[in-house]
Amino acid sequence: MQNAADLVAPAISSQASPRHGKPALRRVHWLLIASAIFLSILFIGVPMLVIFTYAFRGGVAVYFSQITQPATLHAIWLTVLTAIVVVPINMLFGICVAWLVTRFRFPGRRLLITFVEIPFSVSPIVAGVTYLFLYGSQGLLGPLLDSYDIKIMFTVPAIFLVSLFVTSPFVARELIPLMQAQGSEDEEAAITLGATGLQTFFYVTLPNIRWALLYGAVLCNARVMGEFGAVSVVSGAIRGQTNTLPLQIELLFNDYNVTGAFAASSTLALIAVVTLVLKYILERKQTS
Amino acid sequence: MNRLFVYAAVALGLSMTPVKAADEPTEILNVSYDISRELYEQIDKAFTAAYKQEAGKDITVNQSHAGSSKQARSILEGLEADVVTFNQVTDVQVLHDKGDFIPADWQSRLPNNSSPYYSLPAFLVRAGNPKNIKNWDDLVRDDVKVIFPNPKTSGNARYTYLAAYAYALETYKDEAKAQEFVKRLFANVPVFDTGGRAATTTFAERGIGDVLITFEAEVLGTRKQLGEDKYEAVVPPVSLLAEFPVTVVDKVVDKRGSRAIAESYLKFLYSPEGQDILAQNFNRVNDETVKAKYAAQFPETRLITVQDAFGGWSKVTKDHFSEGAILDKVFTKR
Repeated sequence: MQNAADLVAPAISSQASPRHGKPALRRVHWLLIASAIFLSILFIGVPMLVIFTYAFRGGVAVYFSQITQPATLHAIWLTVLTAIVVVPINMLFGICVAWLVTRFRFPGRRLLITFVEIPFSVSPIVAGVTYLFLYGSQGLLGPLLDSYDIKIMFTVPAIFLVSLFVTSPFVARELIPLMQAQGSEDEEAAITLGATGLQTFFYVTLPNIRWALLYGAVLCNARVMGEFGAVSVVSGAIRGQTNTLPLQIELLFNDYNVTGAFAASSTLALIAVVTLVLKYILERKQTS
Repeated sequence: MNRLFVYAAVALGLSMTPVKAADEPTEILNVSYDISRELYEQIDKAFTAAYKQEAGKDITVNQSHAGSSKQARSILEGLEADVVTFNQVTDVQVLHDKGDFIPADWQSRLPNNSSPYYSLPAFLVRAGNPKNIKNWDDLVRDDVKVIFPNPKTSGNARYTYLAAYAYALETYKDEAKAQEFVKRLFANVPVFDTGGRAATTTFAERGIGDVLITFEAEVLGTRKQLGEDKYEAVVPPVSLLAEFPVTVVDKVVDKRGSRAIAESYLKFLYSPEGQDILAQNFNRVNDETVKAKYAAQFPETRLITVQDAFGGWSKVTKDHFSEGAILDKVFTKR
């Protein structure tokens, strides 16, 4: 029993110290830590190092000339624009869904939660192909759209659309467990005290979920910026128009432009690092 | 928070603004294969300058690059390509077969089967050619390791396969022996990568294999990129003609009214200036003056055509590349 309790303890509370364990357990503890550090260096540290070494292989001047190539600059801008469009929409979507499934009981509630998570389990390439089959010229709605001269596929809105789909669960997924755990007492109290629906939302619900909301948004943002598969199918990869940063990296790489590819990759890697830092801060805010 | 929404709305609005087809478009889209980016960057620059001088108009050529089968598919689904510049005849043909985007006789509309430049499968060997690889039959020797991508996934490798097959057919004059020959060739390949880029990495960076087979243009380009002292190019005395077909996409240019610009763009590829840029990038061309200028770069070789050796692309596709056809037989039983 004692052993079991010791094993469980670190999982429950991060303050649990190995000093309280038996010597054998202490050894296991350090072994685990060492292997975790070793694997992190091997799988994360080394690749990161490679990205930046290759990016700066030709010197800082070459690096900046690669980054500021018009096609790469536009790719960076398009990727940022996609995030600017997609993340707020998905935050709104996430709040609505989480609100709906945690504050109301209705038939099909569990099914809805499962549906919301579908984009997680579907490979992005499937998402891309599905959109193509829906909106492409030879797709289901293609002839109708063509007759009104509306083009969706191979335009910037197509990139927004698939990115929305792929990243739609991120915010909802963060909010649902939190709002479930918090329960609706605070909101009920507010309503009883005479607050309107909007007041309740802005003064009670939103402050309660803000860190989880931002956390979801940060994850969503990282995913939007890095998305390759789905975007690759629907973008048409027109340089300077519909080429996002991940697509541009592939293009540069295929072109034997290793420095350019790694320079562009380094911007994505930087975004990832910023995301990690934000994630860390938000996690601390959430638990405190 | 609110500001974010405003930005988002504005951004969405801006990007949704329909691009109205003006009477005289000033932009055309060239949809091309995946590794032609730098080549067409040079072509487009020269063409826009030449066009301005000739017609006094500023125009832009936009580029899209990806695997040419995927590009063809995208065009069928609505990607508005004014011209295509591909590396596979079959991928252009699809535009006629599946959607009637171009007429059946597209290949006879421009000189040399609508192929302004061409190349051939050739060899890249390590400095000094230590294994003395000169011709296709050297590749099936027991002491030679060969690198080329998987012919099931790479168009580039299909050319290698067909070239070896055509060579064997000529030498042994027997289908069974030709199949035996390519089987032995496949047996000498230690790793099959999915694409040409990965195969180059395997050969150059991982140092696996004695010879890399790919288009001559890539052999020469890779050698220049990776060090001319470290590798040598070997052009076999006989190889297979690899065409790079181009065409105006009639359905798109007629809708957009861009036929004139699109056609002069393709004509530019055949002009001395265009041919010079193509040859600079290690592609073989037909213009006599340019040919003479770059003669040292391109050794003499005899080229077999797919038409002569196999009876055309649709027959090759059926006999060799369809499910359960010759490639499947020799590739799985290696």
